This record gives sequence, structure tokens and C-alpha cells, in this order.
Amino acid sequence: MDLLLAAPALPLDEAGKYVAGAYVVFVVLLVVYVAIMAAKVQRIERELSDVAAIAEEKKEAQAAPGRGSEAPFASRGSGGGGTDV
Amino acid sequence: MYGKGLKPLSIATVAMLALSLSLVFFYAPLDGDQGFIQKIFYLHVPLAIVSLVGFVVGGVFAVLHLRTDNRKWDAYSYVSIHISVIFGVAVLITGAIWAKASWGHWWVWDEPTLVSFLIVFLLYATYYPFRYAIEDRDRQARYASVFAVTAGAFVPLNFMAVRMAQSLVHPRTFATAEGGMPGEMMLTFLCSLAAMALLWTTLVKFELTAKSASGQVKRLRRALDAPPGGASSRIAPEVS
Repeated sequence: MDLLLAAPALPLDEAGKYVAGAYVVFVVLLVVYVAIMAAKVQRIERELSDVAAIAEEKKEAQAAPGRGSEAPFASRGSGGGGTDV
Repeated sequence: MYGKGLKPLSIATVAMLALSLSLVFFYAPLDGDQGFIQKIFYLHVPLAIVSLVGFVVGGVFAVLHLRTDNRKWDAYSYVSIHISVIFGVAVLITGAIWAKASWGHWWVWDEPTLVSFLIVFLLYATYYPFRYAIEDRDRQARYASVFAVTAGAFVPLNFMAVRMAQSLVHPRTFATAEGGMPGEMMLTFLCSLAAMALLWTTLVKFELTAKSASGQVKRLRRALDAPPGGASSRIAPEVS
């Protein structure tokens, strides 16, 4: 313990590596987190475009009465929205 | 809803981070004892404080969830703990780097501050498998809230226990017998602390916004009677 207390300050050229290392670790963690979030946002965007396509398909099926019963989702109920919270 | 104010908050966070980094490297004086190595202090300590406070905040949200049974608070609690765990990883790594540079060892097992933080971190690391182990979402949210409250209460108790312990190695930042930090260092430290607190808040808001968007897409799918898309997480709570 006394040895640890007596440890002298490192010279600037050596200390710089450690300081840079600590700050780089922080930046890397931040970048990794942002990259993961970017992937999540991309997935949400993809899902949203899928849902938009389904909604348009449903609208087209409703607009064409003859094809109404053949539409993939027209014969089913609306589902009610759900409560996630 | 969750995304409201995210842009100004992000700008404020970036500005504050830039200011604090400028102060750290161009304004704060070199420490007489540790020299340049002490610059890690302005990163490591604010990260640790914000991480620990984040765990307590997660516990407060969990109390709100248990009192109101509103799933929104469970999501807040989950996200607070999630971001605090990420901060905790940064604390452990930057702390190890500082320890190596300052003491010559990556880790010192007889130092109460280090070990107690590791215990808190490992405690919260069990939050995910604990949550994941419960299938039913209501039970999952309730049990996770109980965990968050218990662990959140443990954090300040742990902190006080460590403060009472007589440590010879880990430096005390405030209220030392020698009078604490000089003004320039204190200002730099407070700016760094504010920057980390802003970063934590921004990331929590960002995560909640993404979860909210994902939850609303799922609601849309259900409203359209469309099959569920993509792999949905069983562990993370949904918000709308």
C-alpha cells in the first residue's frame, strides 16, 4: 500500500498514452452505442415501410370492391390497436 | 412524444462535452502529485457519479411503476439502468487505465471504492438475465421494478459504507482535510459532470424515443392485422 502511495507521477510522454487511451475508450463506447442505435432505427424504418405497404395494399383492396375478399387482410377485423404502455 | 426536445438536448450535450474537453486540456492546471495522468479524473469520476445516480434514478422510476402500475415508468427504469450500465463499463475501463498509470496495477482488490463499484456493476449486470428469465410481461415489469428499487437503495448505502472505510489509496475528491480541489480544477470537474449528466439524459431520451417508435410500429401492425415483423425483444419493455 505504501508503495502505491509513493508512486511518482509519470513523465508526460508516458502519461499521454494512458490519458489518450482512457478518452479513446470513452469515444469508442459512445460510437459503438450510436452504431447499435443506428441499426435499431434502420430496423424501425424498414418495419415502418412494411406497414405502410400493407396499409396501402389494404386501401387498394377496399377501393376495388370485387377484389375485397381476396385481399390479404381485408376479411379480418381491425385488431384494435393494443395497449403497450 | 419522447423525441420532443431531443434535438436541442443533443446540441447542448455536444456543446457541453466540447467545453469540458477544452477546459480539461487547456484550462485546468496539472496536478502537482499525479501530473498529466490526473486528466483521466475529469472523465472517470463524472462517469462514475452519473452512473451511480442513474441507478438510483432507475429505482425511483421503478417506485413510480409499482405505485401507478403504468408501464411507462418501467420503460424509464429499464432505460435508466441500461444507460447507467454502459456508463459503468466506461467507469471500470477508464478506472483500470488510471490505476495502471498511477499505481502500476490494472486493479487493486483491497481498495474499497473499486471493489464496491464492481459489486454494484455486477449487481446491475444481473438485471438483464433476471428480466429475460420471466416470460409474462406484467410479472417481468413488476419483478424488475422490485429489483431496481432494492438495488437502487443499495447504491447510496454502499457509497456511505465506502466513505466510512479508511482508504489509503483512492483519492477523495470533495471535503478532504487538505481542502479539496483548487478553483480551476473544480470548475472543470463541474463542467465535465454537467456534460456527462447531459449525455446520460440525451441517451436515455434517445433510447426511449427509439423504443416508442418501435412500439408504435407494432401497434400499427396489430391495427392492420399484419403479421409481426422482425425479431422483437422479450427483455426490453415496449413504450408507445
